[in-house]
Amino acid sequence: MTPLTVSIAGAVASVLLVLGVLELIRKRRLKERYALLWLLTGLALLVLSLWRDGLNTIAGWVGIETYPPAVLFAVATLFILLVLLDYSTAISKLADQNVLLAQRLALLEERLRGRKEPGEDLG
Amino acid sequence: MAEIVKGERQALDARLRSLRRLALVPAYNEAESVGAVIAELRAVDPDMEILVIDDGSQDGTADVASAAGARVIRLPFNLGIGGAVQTGFRYAYENGFELVLRVDGDGQHDPAHALRLVQPVVAGEADIAVGSRFAGIEGYRSSRSRRLGIRLLAWTVSLLVGERVTDPTSGFQVVNRRGIALFAADYPHDYPEVEATVMVARHHLRRVEVPVAMRERWGGRSSIGALRSVYYMAKVLLALFVGLFRREVVPASEPR
Repeated sequence: MTPLTVSIAGAVASVLLVLGVLELIRKRRLKERYALLWLLTGLALLVLSLWRDGLNTIAGWVGIETYPPAVLFAVATLFILLVLLDYSTAISKLADQNVLLAQRLALLEERLRGRKEPGEDLG
Repeated sequence: MAEIVKGERQALDARLRSLRRLALVPAYNEAESVGAVIAELRAVDPDMEILVIDDGSQDGTADVASAAGARVIRLPFNLGIGGAVQTGFRYAYENGFELVLRVDGDGQHDPAHALRLVQPVVAGEADIAVGSRFAGIEGYRSSRSRRLGIRLLAWTVSLLVGERVTDPTSGFQVVNRRGIALFAADYPHDYPEVEATVMVARHHLRRVEVPVAMRERWGGRSSIGALRSVYYMAKVLLALFVGLFRREVVPASEPR
């Protein structure tokens, strides 16, 4: 069994995380697309904290004998890595779109400059 | 030599003249050299349109190029050589050009050699002709450490495409309409030539190498320092090997 204090602390932290994320969505400071993974993280940690046999069970599966709550850290770390990886893909996509925008802008500007010259006397 | 070049020129001229052709000059802080490059290009082929892509220079490259009579596209910030070159290919694609001659803005590529590059493409023997420093003709060949890197890349690329590539990093190229369409749709980013070589092979475009001599750059600084070249090597090798496992090379975005 997970020690009661660890269970309570873990649950409180997870709930705070979930509430914090929901609040950020409400204030439109976080897009739902990026919030989903965070919510999933919070919910997974909440379940692990409240399900007091869970940590021992999972610790048994993966062979953690000395300190079962370490599973909480492992799961949290895993989710953080997932979130970071998700960010890297998002940044890559933004970088590609940024290049495309710069190119299109430069091409358009050049075309505009070319068009202005013949009609310059029109103002 | 001069006689041969002259004869070649006359034979090619008729077919070449019928093509809409563009000289594409990517330039990043090359104000010292870009004007002379433009003058040389004009001397080789007065009717060719000359397009300079100013890749966010801070030294007035765009103004120098514009004053020298080139058409100039100014990128709002530095995209890196790949993004700059692709801008030029997009321009060429959208404006119906049939032949693109790519020449660096730093004077390393001698436009006098361009005719030799143009020949196999105009004759319909190749879709892309690449000037190679290591295919016979002596000339400036870059520093020793960089040559080593180029040799490693050449070896890797040759293995990947199944034919001998001696200079996979050369940006001295002539490309026909098929190549223009491909590069407009999909072009690798910084240090693009190596990946593009593999891309060209996977799209079954015909690539030939033409021996050329290159010159030492006239001014400015190379965009690739020592530490960066290590980073680029790692990045290019990663791109090459991951590229092997792509089912089909799908362009990120179609040109419009």
